[in-house]
Amino acid sequence: MTLDKLLVVAAALFCCGLYAVMTRRNAVAVLMGVELILNAANVNFVAFSFFLNRVMGGQIFAVFVIVLAAAEAAVALAIFLRMFATTGTVEVDAADELKG
Amino acid sequence: MSGPADYIFYAAAAMTVGAAILVAILPNILYAAVALLFSFAGVAGLYVLLSADFLAATQVLVYVGGILVLLLFAVFLSNRISGGNITNPTHFRLPAAAICLVLFGVLSYAAVSTPFAVKRGVYLPTTADIGELLMTRYLLPFEVASVLLLAALIGAAFLSRPDRGATEKDDMREGKA
Repeated sequence: MTLDKLLVVAAALFCCGLYAVMTRRNAVAVLMGVELILNAANVNFVAFSFFLNRVMGGQIFAVFVIVLAAAEAAVALAIFLRMFATTGTVEVDAADELKG
Repeated sequence: MSGPADYIFYAAAAMTVGAAILVAILPNILYAAVALLFSFAGVAGLYVLLSADFLAATQVLVYVGGILVLLLFAVFLSNRISGGNITNPTHFRLPAAAICLVLFGVLSYAAVSTPFAVKRGVYLPTTADIGELLMTRYLLPFEVASVLLLAALIGAAFLSRPDRGATEKDDMREGKA
């Protein structure tokens, strides 16, 4: 277990999340991709915190990222439910009411 | 460091990345959510290996216990289960795959070729340190995060309540007229 192996794992996680965000049309699946991306960032923070002189700032930052992800998931779920009530679907392509 | 820790690292990394790939490509969104569970659990294992015990526990509690349940709620509430169609159409597969593979190559190359000033990590409990730092050096972000959580809570409750605001507004309008 070395730093570069961990960074490669985080990069793979990030790319999987990015692929999900780019290809999925269901908004919930897009949110799953965003969570994967946030997890990849967290793995990077913690890996650098562990291997570079145990700076605790990395772990603190990861805690804040987890908090933000939780808040984001809650608000996104509420928005999806509202969108499902008004449009009958949660596909991201359907949310184009503001288009001119 | 070689030995058991290495094997555990490879197992956790394989579980994390394999489950993440499944999340990205599985057509059924319910199966993708279950794969996401394994990915989160693998990340928690990586945290344990990185001497981040508090974060590992938080990962299990918040991600596996909270966010994943929220996502499953969203899946169940936003699909017509009776229709039997919880599939997940995709688009732009080839360009997205190309972009992701190229990006992965670039990131991996940068990670492998950069000479980081790596020090040998030590295994110590972190919970007390995190708690102390949150109450001293990172007190302001901590408080800002609490305000943000309150705002998100109120916003989620406001957005997801049953459609009562419209009728009340109409009543008021009629009352005025």
